[in-house]
Amino acid sequence: MAEATPPKHSARDVTTEGPVVRVVLIAIALAFAALVLILPLIVVFTEAFDGGLGTYFASLSQPDARSAIRLTLIVAAISVPANVVFGLAASWAIAKFEFWGKSFLTTLIDLPFSVSPVISGLVYVLLFGAQGIFGGWLDAHDIDIIFALPGIILATIFVTFPFVARELIPLMQEQGTEEEEAAVSLGASGWKTFLFVTLPNVKWALLYGVLLCNARAMGEFGAVSVVSGKIRGMTNTMPLQVEILYNEYNSTAAFALASLLALLALLTLALKTVLEWRFGDRITGANGH
Amino acid sequence: MTSVRRTSLLAAAALSVAAFVAPAAAQVTLLNVSYDPTRELYVDFNAAFAAHWQQTSGQTITINQSHGGSGSQARAVIDGLDVDVVTLALEADINAIVNNSGKIAADWRTRLPNNSAPYTSTIVFLVRQGNPKNILDWGDLVRDDVEVITPNPKTSGGARWNFLAAWAWANREFGGDEAQVTDYVREVYAHVPVLDTAARGSTTTFVERGIGDVLLAWENEAFLALEELDPGAFEIVVPSISILAEPPVAVVDGNVDRRGTREAAQAYLEYLYTPEGQEIAAANFYRPSNTGGLPAEALERFPALDLITIDDPLFGGWAEAQPRFFADGGVFDQIYQ
Amino acid sequence: MTRAIFPALKRPSAIPGFGLALGFTLTYLSLIVLIPLAALVLRSAALGPAEFWQLVTSPRTLNALRVSFVCSLIAASINVVFGFVMAWVLVRYRFPGRRFVDAVVDLPFALPTAVAGIALTALYSRNGWIGSLIEPNGIRIAYTQAGIVVALTFIGLPFAVRTVQPVLEDIRRDLEEAAATLGASRAQTFLRVILPALVPAILTGFALALARAIGEYGSVIFIAGGRRDTEFAPLLIITRLEEFNYSAATAIGVAMLVISFIILLTINLIQAWSRRRFGSG
Repeated sequence: MAEATPPKHSARDVTTEGPVVRVVLIAIALAFAALVLILPLIVVFTEAFDGGLGTYFASLSQPDARSAIRLTLIVAAISVPANVVFGLAASWAIAKFEFWGKSFLTTLIDLPFSVSPVISGLVYVLLFGAQGIFGGWLDAHDIDIIFALPGIILATIFVTFPFVARELIPLMQEQGTEEEEAAVSLGASGWKTFLFVTLPNVKWALLYGVLLCNARAMGEFGAVSVVSGKIRGMTNTMPLQVEILYNEYNSTAAFALASLLALLALLTLALKTVLEWRFGDRITGANGH
Repeated sequence: MTSVRRTSLLAAAALSVAAFVAPAAAQVTLLNVSYDPTRELYVDFNAAFAAHWQQTSGQTITINQSHGGSGSQARAVIDGLDVDVVTLALEADINAIVNNSGKIAADWRTRLPNNSAPYTSTIVFLVRQGNPKNILDWGDLVRDDVEVITPNPKTSGGARWNFLAAWAWANREFGGDEAQVTDYVREVYAHVPVLDTAARGSTTTFVERGIGDVLLAWENEAFLALEELDPGAFEIVVPSISILAEPPVAVVDGNVDRRGTREAAQAYLEYLYTPEGQEIAAANFYRPSNTGGLPAEALERFPALDLITIDDPLFGGWAEAQPRFFADGGVFDQIYQ
Repeated sequence: MTRAIFPALKRPSAIPGFGLALGFTLTYLSLIVLIPLAALVLRSAALGPAEFWQLVTSPRTLNALRVSFVCSLIAASINVVFGFVMAWVLVRYRFPGRRFVDAVVDLPFALPTAVAGIALTALYSRNGWIGSLIEPNGIRIAYTQAGIVVALTFIGLPFAVRTVQPVLEDIRRDLEEAAATLGASRAQTFLRVILPALVPAILTGFALALARAIGEYGSVIFIAGGRRDTEFAPLLIITRLEEFNYSAATAIGVAMLVISFIILLTINLIQAWSRRRFGSG
């Protein structure tokens, strides 16, 4: 997907535009990218270092900031593996078997992508909030879900739900079932077949999915803000802490924390680009997705 | 590589869960759910109380804070936020918790002095240095060239005090003609370019983002902006009439009894009324409810002004004012479409 | 087990593990996505049709849905135009920095929305880099609907670029050559040969950007301000929740869910149409 054959430009080439048109289009594209994509990124780092390096590191070592970072890591460390397991199971079922209702199931898996993050949080409040369907029971048994870690994790799993599965399904479908069938006919167990035949074939796509899933899990704002309760030092994830600091006139500290998230985004992009360059054909099928 | 990554992720998860959970068991923790502008007050007060509690009971206590629009915070408590004490912007929000969750006993107002309001405040104007738009009183807010910043009364407690203070001025100005009063207040909200959900957001909009000519602010929030955020950039204008805001506090009975924290929670709120607590409140620009034993210089910054109370017949107390002005379809909904 | 229960619904296969994999998939899908969404629909059903309709058609709800929809439409349209130019330039031309731009197109996928929100607000507010240039000329972006459009444009750009890019890469150059040989000008070739082949991808990109924009919260909340004329639907849901008005929050939530499904359905129809017409998606 990343590297098509480079087009050959020459003065006589009838399948390209004149040099003036070309330069103008490139200028428009670069200007738009600079304005929409690059400038906001630069602002994050400029504002973060507004007070100098000392202020920057002091902001990041605040107890509330540290606990927000820790909470974000915990949430990602639980929700990403959960979605990896799901993604593998779903793609195994969908790609390796023919069954009734398969395309409907595939659509359902993509559903969380088209639901507003705010609704993703709202549904859990309606289920587990004190006024929700299970609220009374949970309260009687002293179980906290909303405004506590489980609620934040559930909301995060919801919004990152399709990421791994949708990378794996098209690739596994394209790879077909011959290799697995051969392994089974040679006497390998189902688990062995999965571990030694299927998994190596999809490992780069899996890593790609994990990368995207993780970026979203660590950065989710809307869904988490509905279920968090925003208790400083306890239920504030990094993006929520960014909002709180920002609303506290502490915009340097807000941008300092935001710069960590921006670094994570840049790292994600870099790894993703490397994966696409080196293993592009093994991440997506020939048709892309 | 993938499996290495996954294993280390799981290990990290296990470790950090342990780190996250462990400290909670070793000591008493309280959660104080408060409204927006009290962040600085309770940072100071919590430190003082923790030292006091350590001395008197020998226990180490950690107090966590949560801040937001007062109405939003009440909603979170009703929805099950496991909180020990609430310190909100107005009585109506605590009453909402009483009525919708039953977690606070109905007689909460009588359990602490001064109707359970350890400090009071009022609503003043914060304008830019030199008062370039010459804003002196409520009537100036509806001039064509003036932009007003105030939060959403549906979610913010301070915004409800703002609304009622404007109402009180107009009521006096127009001799109680409700149609004219309503028109005036409607006109004020027509001059609001940004309606944030909570007081802190409005202050940020005005101070940091440079929007608007006048911020209708809690007095404490105005002093904070004046003396700490950007000294020399703002001025306080005291209007001819304002409202006495009594932010109340209460122990959340349903939660403290279950968690076994009643003793500490009760002591925490009572400490607010001690001279130490009152001095911390005054230092954070709240008007102490009990000025006895406080040095004169702690009080001199608070100007005397004509203050109407919520119990004035004009409003009839929160039980009447809340549904009339701020419920769905109430006066605010009618004027702000 | 599953295999025993639904023998006719699945084609026989030599590979084991179907029951476990599908069973786990369905359980997890139900617990995380389907049951919670069903709770939302149930809750709104409990309102009764009259009350539900009254909540959804209240002036404030309609206004918020309109703000969300109009701003999202504008942002998606901007993205279609500039996203197409970017996809074209990235596929067809070689210039310094091309690979960097190609990689950075996905930034809005990777950058947390709250970070984008505060960065855009800092840029476009009165004392920001862009705001300080334009506000003296009487143009205000932050805290207006224009600000919402700016944030939604940021969020939706990758959809517009990434749907067009692979299709553009697959377009057969010999068709363009043939058109040129037959005497078509470059503009004619573009309009008659290239553009028609790209229409499904452009429409899909538009619909995806639109769908994402309508539900977006994090990047918009900071720059929107919260005036009545910048109150967008997800913000109104949050406001209603904070006002303890669950019925209204639920009703708006369901209305938005319906809009999302309509867009999702449209995307599927476009892709089905494109497969019929062009052989592949």
